[in-house]
Amino acid sequence: MQTKNIMIVGVGGQGTLLASKLLGRLLLEKGYDVKVSEVHGMSQRGGSVVTYVRYGDKVYSPIIDKGEADIIISFELLEAARWTEFLKPDGTIVTNTQEINPMPVITGAAEYPTELVEKIKALGVNLDAIDALSLAEEAGTSKAVNLVLMGRLSKYFDFTTEEWMAAIEKSVPPKFLEINKKAFLLGKDA
Amino acid sequence: MKQLMLGNEAVARGLYEAGCSFVSSYPGTPSTEITEYAAKYKEIYAEWAPNEKVAVEAAFGACVAGKRSFCSMKHVGLNVAADPVFTIAYTGVNAGMIIGVADDAGMHSSQNEQDSRHYAIAAKLPMLEPADAGESLSFTKLAYEISEKYDTPVFIKMCTRVAHSQSIIETSERVETSKTYEKDGAKYIMMPGNAKRRHPIVEARTVALTEYAETAPFNRIEDGSDHSIGIITSSTSYQYAKEVCGDKYPVLKLGMINPLPVKKIQDFAKSVDKVIVIEELDGIIETHCRNIGVEVTGKELFSCIDELSQNIVAEKLGFTPDCGKKLDENIPARPPVMCAGCPHRGLFYTLKKNKLTVFGDIGCYTLGAVPPLAAIDTTICMGASVSGIHGFNKANEGKSDGKTVAVIGDSTFMHSGVTGLINIAYNESNSTVIILDNSITGMTGHQQNPTTGFNLKGDPCTKIDLETLCRSVGIKRVRVVDPYNLKECDDAVKEELAANEPSVIISRRPCALLKYVKHNGPITANADKCIGCKSCMKIGCPAISIVDGKVKIDATLCTGCGVCSQLCKLGALPNGKES
Repeated sequence: MQTKNIMIVGVGGQGTLLASKLLGRLLLEKGYDVKVSEVHGMSQRGGSVVTYVRYGDKVYSPIIDKGEADIIISFELLEAARWTEFLKPDGTIVTNTQEINPMPVITGAAEYPTELVEKIKALGVNLDAIDALSLAEEAGTSKAVNLVLMGRLSKYFDFTTEEWMAAIEKSVPPKFLEINKKAFLLGKDA
Repeated sequence: MKQLMLGNEAVARGLYEAGCSFVSSYPGTPSTEITEYAAKYKEIYAEWAPNEKVAVEAAFGACVAGKRSFCSMKHVGLNVAADPVFTIAYTGVNAGMIIGVADDAGMHSSQNEQDSRHYAIAAKLPMLEPADAGESLSFTKLAYEISEKYDTPVFIKMCTRVAHSQSIIETSERVETSKTYEKDGAKYIMMPGNAKRRHPIVEARTVALTEYAETAPFNRIEDGSDHSIGIITSSTSYQYAKEVCGDKYPVLKLGMINPLPVKKIQDFAKSVDKVIVIEELDGIIETHCRNIGVEVTGKELFSCIDELSQNIVAEKLGFTPDCGKKLDENIPARPPVMCAGCPHRGLFYTLKKNKLTVFGDIGCYTLGAVPPLAAIDTTICMGASVSGIHGFNKANEGKSDGKTVAVIGDSTFMHSGVTGLINIAYNESNSTVIILDNSITGMTGHQQNPTTGFNLKGDPCTKIDLETLCRSVGIKRVRVVDPYNLKECDDAVKEELAANEPSVIISRRPCALLKYVKHNGPITANADKCIGCKSCMKIGCPAISIVDGKVKIDATLCTGCGVCSQLCKLGALPNGKES
């Protein structure tokens, strides 16, 4: 099969690394060749962050380039808009509608663009937008945004709910397990 | 068992399997995780050294003692470690020794884009360059064999995209190994008479290693169907080339970047019409090819600036990558920022307010250069703030003292700031140094250091007392402030700058992200009292914004540090303790 490309984008500190860990684990168990690539360090301090997940028969490059992503999963709306160029013509963006102001907006040097959902849709890409923050709060904590989005992403994969749950159990500390499972299911059924 | 493993974790696994029992390193992105993962194996003694020079020397001592040893650093760390490295190249080793160095093309988290491969050539040391996690593991094990067989330290050269990418590896068991130490002055005492006898041995070793490179399996040819072009490449550039070309063009994939083979490259060149070298940063392979009479195309196509990618490689090789659709919209940048509750914020606000010239250093606090704080004038390398401020003040002959400070983190101060402070004391410049003591090495992801009281394994250990250290090198004026208290900071800065002798201010408060730090809880803004004057916006806190002319606090980010409360004269931002 041709290599599939998933990009996970968001704001440093939002928990994007757990999402790539979950996906990587599931894909490895399915017998795919897998590469997961992320950048640590400076960019994690509230900056724009991106993780690449690639799988198939044989994966070479660890990164995803412009025009290559099958799915972009975005933890924040502006970040979804930032990375549209990386999407394949028939690709899908799954995004949280939450807006987090970057520092240039906070200081007044720039403005947060309006109507981004409509503008992204106008590009002709498939856009699946959900309010993951509200669903995470419904599950019990605003920190579970990542699991809500994973639940949503699960609709685009052939893994069973049991397989996802098993991967979550291996990746999440036991004391947060129930909240995370609930968040996953809320995202999946939203 | 097959596992998905980070390149850096795979190096650590290679160390474990090869029987390495001593690791000493200084953290630096993208190398840090190698040492952190190595420390998880109980068979490996692992430590954070105060700097890379100390780490290399400690690892050398361990290998002389007969244990396989390792140290790692980022590319700029190798500049610090270069002194021992160039002479250990002469002495060689007893048990094997590996030096891990991680480059950062694209400068994701670095101050320059230097190419570490130059060091392997300059120091005449073998350098292996893995292209994924699997090779990171196998090359690490192989590096010990090369080290012991050829009596040389060996470099493992990582880059961001290999170090921070996970791919599938297979593990195996650890094999213990050790040697005994025997006194051998002619080998280990590098005074001129001995070193003169060692230098020819080094040159002969390079000849022997070049011979080895001709047939070693890590320099491999992958044949292609179209011989009009042949590609010579290594590391992550190999992955981009294969991604684009698949099995179309023959590829010579180099696993050892120094010394490079001669005949193998010449023969490969003869088998194709045209040779293209694909490598990130400088033209090291390309220059070697020209030196051995092989015509190649390299840096004319692939810039020495920034990272490569599959689209860049595709485009330069004449393919047309399909780019996606860009949104026709002004998307504001999202640069990294100081976290909400960061103890550096209050201090930098004070420096900005007092309009000081600030010599900065390497760490999270480099973000003090970003608007609206914009409080830093220079950032060069580890320790340069303290040494630099001395030179600046001396050169201004007493005109700039009282208006300048150096700022440096606790870990960076221990790395190489203390020597600059000794210079301030010894050569008597009227300089003020502020140590931003957040009780951790922050930027690289919370590593312990000599001032924290804990070692790499997390066990309690000797804690270097910063106040005592500064006083003992001759600084009489040493005081501690709480950076959450703006008045205390302002008083301290004004008083120390007014004093007619060198001084140290320790701005002490642990990093807000440390798990043991208890926060007050978010501030609740009182919108009725807010007149939208934006005084609170001067500190660049990501938790504060002005919405419809009124201050708004993001409760998911705010830690209740209270710095903004001290800026609001109208009481619109009451801190938890007062309300």
